[in-house]
Amino acid sequence: MSDKPRIAVHKFSSCDGCQLAFLNMGEDLINLAEQVEIIHFAEAGPVAEDALVDIAFIEGSVVTAHDQQRIKQIRNNSQYLITIGACATSGGIQALKNLAADAADWPAQIYGQPQYIDSLDQSGAVSDYVKVDFELWGCPINSAQVVELVNSLLRGVSPIDHQDKVCLTCKQEQIVCTLITQGKPCLGPVTRNGCGALCPSFGRDCFGCYGPAENSNTIGLANRFAGLGLLPDEIQRRFKLVHASASENQRIIARDLTQDLAQDLAQESSDE
Amino acid sequence: MYGSETGFLARESLPELFSLLHVQGFDIVAPQIQDGSILYQVITGAEQLPSGWQDQQQPGSYRLTQTESPLNFSWANGPQALKPWLFAPREVIWRAEKQPDGRLQFCEPDAPDRKLAVLGVRSCDLAALKLQDAHFLNNRYHDPYYAARRKGLLIIAVNCSHPADTCFCVSTGDGPHAEQGFDLCLTELENGFLISSGSETGNDLYEKLPLTKATEKQLHNQLQQKLSASKQQRALPQIPVKQLLSERRDHPRWDDIAERCLACGNCTQVCPTCFCHKEGDLASLDASTSEHLREWDSCFSEGHGYMAGHQARPEIKDRYQQWMIHKLSSWHDQYGRSGCTGCGRCTTWCPAAIDFVEEVNLICGDES
Repeated sequence: MSDKPRIAVHKFSSCDGCQLAFLNMGEDLINLAEQVEIIHFAEAGPVAEDALVDIAFIEGSVVTAHDQQRIKQIRNNSQYLITIGACATSGGIQALKNLAADAADWPAQIYGQPQYIDSLDQSGAVSDYVKVDFELWGCPINSAQVVELVNSLLRGVSPIDHQDKVCLTCKQEQIVCTLITQGKPCLGPVTRNGCGALCPSFGRDCFGCYGPAENSNTIGLANRFAGLGLLPDEIQRRFKLVHASASENQRIIARDLTQDLAQDLAQESSDE
Repeated sequence: MYGSETGFLARESLPELFSLLHVQGFDIVAPQIQDGSILYQVITGAEQLPSGWQDQQQPGSYRLTQTESPLNFSWANGPQALKPWLFAPREVIWRAEKQPDGRLQFCEPDAPDRKLAVLGVRSCDLAALKLQDAHFLNNRYHDPYYAARRKGLLIIAVNCSHPADTCFCVSTGDGPHAEQGFDLCLTELENGFLISSGSETGNDLYEKLPLTKATEKQLHNQLQQKLSASKQQRALPQIPVKQLLSERRDHPRWDDIAERCLACGNCTQVCPTCFCHKEGDLASLDASTSEHLREWDSCFSEGHGYMAGHQARPEIKDRYQQWMIHKLSSWHDQYGRSGCTGCGRCTTWCPAAIDFVEEVNLICGDES
């Protein structure tokens, strides 16, 4: 047995897009394969789900009773457990069902034979079930994040948790602000950077796929969106898309915005 | 002696200035319209200058409109001007390479030696340049990267004829017309430009340009333009805020700001005087090379207030106080004047539409 660090990449409920951050590394994938032993990575070939490893990467959210058992077993088998992507880190797009009052009725509405569907009524983040040592945010994550993280772990250095806002990247790259010049409801001011401000670089407003940044003032931004003319339902939808379960976004989603905004307006007119 | 004369360059002769600069090896950076804003980019000819564009700026809003006017500079400013050309947003400052015998070899990148002529520099940005020089050049730590770029810089100022609603350079004493710190200074009139020189390099260009002597009427128009551009809606308090601001850290207005402020750092990134940066390393996966990077930072980011295991500014309110009190108060102790030159970018480019000038006035004004 080699003395190289042993890694595993596990998939839960997800689209597989974050695993591509490994497969799309190019030359670095060869470098990676030379420096670590890839024990389990079904999408790339090796399968040994129950092996003991140094680092386990988890893609996907926990949505079945079987997932709950699997994630606990993987935790027991791994020295470090790292979530990759929105699903594993906050529950992902499928966590939208956590918001629905009638989620239990959905399988019958969607599938011809719903009795074969065996899912929990919530899509859970991995950290809801086991201790997570580090989280890579993004939908999907990119290869640069993986390279930097693996590098830190190989050298025994604490990885840097990049949690500044997308706006800093926009300004560094001279990307013109879509909120200021077009009045678009950009989530950049509350979203983690790491994507290279991909959407704003094409003139599109950020929709928050990298998740809440440090000190995310989502309430302040929601009020600003109201000022830009968005209706309460439109504002809440902005914060629901990829990270509906993140607590910062819940501050907007769980509020009765219609009532709050009406109160704010009443307050403003009484001030005048 | 330079600067004592004013000549007139007809608009159709502007390409002559470009030719002279190209012959001397300069790349020319000038305003361009991109994605609904004015950005400073390298252009090759005067015909690429946009004409007829005007900007409407409000807190948190920037809109451009085009008119039939032939004027190239009838707008106030865009999100950036000189700063990114001198203080690079991101640059490698050294590189380490592992040698076959296992030793590490450290190397510095080549010093930038590009000659850049920037056309269309506003007086607020000239004042900001002076402050950046004070920080990067005339400080205890001389910055070789900034210095190399600064050495190759030629400045062609264009006096501001159309300040935006967010501008307040008159109240900081930094505009609207440029008084110093340029090689050439232009005032745009309907048919061309009044030109004066401010350096030996500028004088050399001045003498080679096909100029006519400025007429009384043209000089009168220049003065009228200055007077009209001096009528600005916004002004910093005319009382000294240096002491007041730091004494009023308990003012309730800071809480009100903190509710709106997104701590996104946009104000600091567009500010032409902000100089904060952070450093980090990017190593290759096989650990054969590593690059040490410097990039813009902001006092609104988490890392800026993090020191030896302690977060000095955990709340948004702490960070906004740091930004405003440093800019308007402690800057005096560092560099002998306020760090604000009245360009108004922090207000226009704030996604939360926070009006910097209004907030200063509320905090420092009479509380009644």
